[in-house]
Amino acid sequence: MAKSTSEELDLIRSSVRSLCEKFPESYWRETDENKAYPEEFIQALTDEGWLSVLIPEEYGGAGLGMVEAGAILEEINRSGGNAGAGHAQMYTMGAILRHGSENQKQRYLPKIASGELRLQAFGITEPTAGSDTTSIETTAELKGDRYIVNGQKIWTSRAEYSDLMLLLARTTPKDQVKKKTDGLSLFILDMQDQKDNITIRPIDTMINHATTEVFFENVEIPVENLVGVEGKGFKQVLSGMNAERILISSESIGDGLYFVDKSVQYANEREVFNRPIGQNQGVQFPIAESYMDIEAAKLMRNKAAEMFDEGENCGAEANMAKYLASEATWKAANAAMTTYGGYGFATEYNIERKFREARLFIVAPITNNLVVSYVGQHVLGLPRSF
Amino acid sequence: MNIYVLMKRTFDTEEKIVIEDGRIDEEGAEFIINPYDEYAIEEAIQLRDEHGGEITVVTIGGEDAEKQLRTALAMGADKSVLINVEDDVEESDQFTTVKILEAFFEDKEYDMILAGNVAIDQASGQIGPRLAESLDIPCVTTITNLEVDGDKAKIERDVEGDVEKIEVSTPVLVTCQQGLNEPRYPSLPGIMKAKKKPLEELELDDLDLDEDDVEPKTKTIDVFLPPEKEAGKILEGEIDDQVNELVGLLRNEAKVI
Repeated sequence: MAKSTSEELDLIRSSVRSLCEKFPESYWRETDENKAYPEEFIQALTDEGWLSVLIPEEYGGAGLGMVEAGAILEEINRSGGNAGAGHAQMYTMGAILRHGSENQKQRYLPKIASGELRLQAFGITEPTAGSDTTSIETTAELKGDRYIVNGQKIWTSRAEYSDLMLLLARTTPKDQVKKKTDGLSLFILDMQDQKDNITIRPIDTMINHATTEVFFENVEIPVENLVGVEGKGFKQVLSGMNAERILISSESIGDGLYFVDKSVQYANEREVFNRPIGQNQGVQFPIAESYMDIEAAKLMRNKAAEMFDEGENCGAEANMAKYLASEATWKAANAAMTTYGGYGFATEYNIERKFREARLFIVAPITNNLVVSYVGQHVLGLPRSF
Repeated sequence: MNIYVLMKRTFDTEEKIVIEDGRIDEEGAEFIINPYDEYAIEEAIQLRDEHGGEITVVTIGGEDAEKQLRTALAMGADKSVLINVEDDVEESDQFTTVKILEAFFEDKEYDMILAGNVAIDQASGQIGPRLAESLDIPCVTTITNLEVDGDKAKIERDVEGDVEKIEVSTPVLVTCQQGLNEPRYPSLPGIMKAKKKPLEELELDDLDLDEDDVEPKTKTIDVFLPPEKEAGKILEGEIDDQVNELVGLLRNEAKVI
């Protein structure tokens, strides 16, 4: 994997900023209002190679790491945009890269890198299981040279805008496995090919996130699309989670800096009682405080990203980065709402949209409560709390 | 087509500039590719893509200018040259720059040299025309359109808002004006490719020049910021009184009449 110098990282950031300038906040406000997928933005990101940052050069990507990928997503969100519409195209392929066969890599990675194929849906969560992943009930049964999948997923984002889905399903019933983390397997599902057996139901949410429920009825997956080892899917999924945490914390940091940028600008410009409102410590302090928290979260994100790129186990750091970033940003979001006062609620000012979006990262892709119990149990050695 | 682009690293005039001891304080300043040079780079890329050939971006400066050269390479230029004068040249002016460039181009073959119309820092606008004169090739300044056909170039240039159409033979040196094109910014594959593109570094010695050869012909007496804009004054009262007051202020305070 190539490493960037700080100058190259600057160039990456400034180039992404230039791209984002073509998609001003009015663009994001409109897509939000219409609950539309930001297709033009995603296309531009794809065309200019940003979404294939993590794919090795031999498969048509840039072959860079988490440090660079995080910087890209951070800049998108800092510009007022929402990288969530495309971030999964960056990292979902990681499961194929790490656990897939050479044949699978050759078949899929170059097309994912070019954007010809979108792999940005990950079917894992189910309505009854929630965060208790080992309790999922969607099954994949081997019949001849195909797995037959039946079941249901929920909170599957971008399923309508993805050609492929990375799918976790049970291949051995839970009561027949030694360890409860066994018996789950990971698949590449060609949704285009199987569209007649798949029902996608969009879920209307507080933000424009294109999330869905997905139903599988006798969906067929050829055996060559099993990723890695049958029954070891849970472990394989876990290794990809760290990447997701780091990237999500980067988006959250981008949101936080957006709030700080906006708050500072408005607090300096807006005059009430013949002086800028930023002169009031009640306005100034929350902005400064949240800025400090964001900067601290950024250090943890950087640490986690560097460890990931070095191939070290960064489970604790990736989770802590996601927690610290989302909490710091939520503070900044509230500071912005306070700074803008009534105007914060006016859609025209974009603060309320970003406010809604920023709240997501406290519960997704994992709730911060579970991060805290992870740290308590696995980092500090306290008793399991659930 | 052999294309050369003259590029300057300048401070960003949209950022706050601090002057200390008659020099711009580089510590706090942001540095960019001179925006007019970006038009030149973009035009060079379009010319190369249409007619084939190679683009070399040349700059004079210190090691810090590598960053801007890398950016030009990431945009799509093929090669870059840094003429590093950090250790040799203390004071410089347009004479210095042209003298160095003249030496650089002495053994080069070129069909087209593109430069910015002016640099936004000192804005002399002299380098392009003076270099063309030294190289004894035609020069067209402030161009807004460029078409090359064989050894002829059809050019439109901006003359104080009007358009002048010119046909000229190559090699030619042109300076680029706003409106010529929309400069691209680097894509990720562009940034990755730039890492492998050559960045050659030369010093005065390599060009057979001594410090004395490039000694500036001008002397900077002082460098200062424009006076800060003050709040306007709104006159009140009867129109006649306002006129009287205005004339009084213009005469006694502003001292312009």
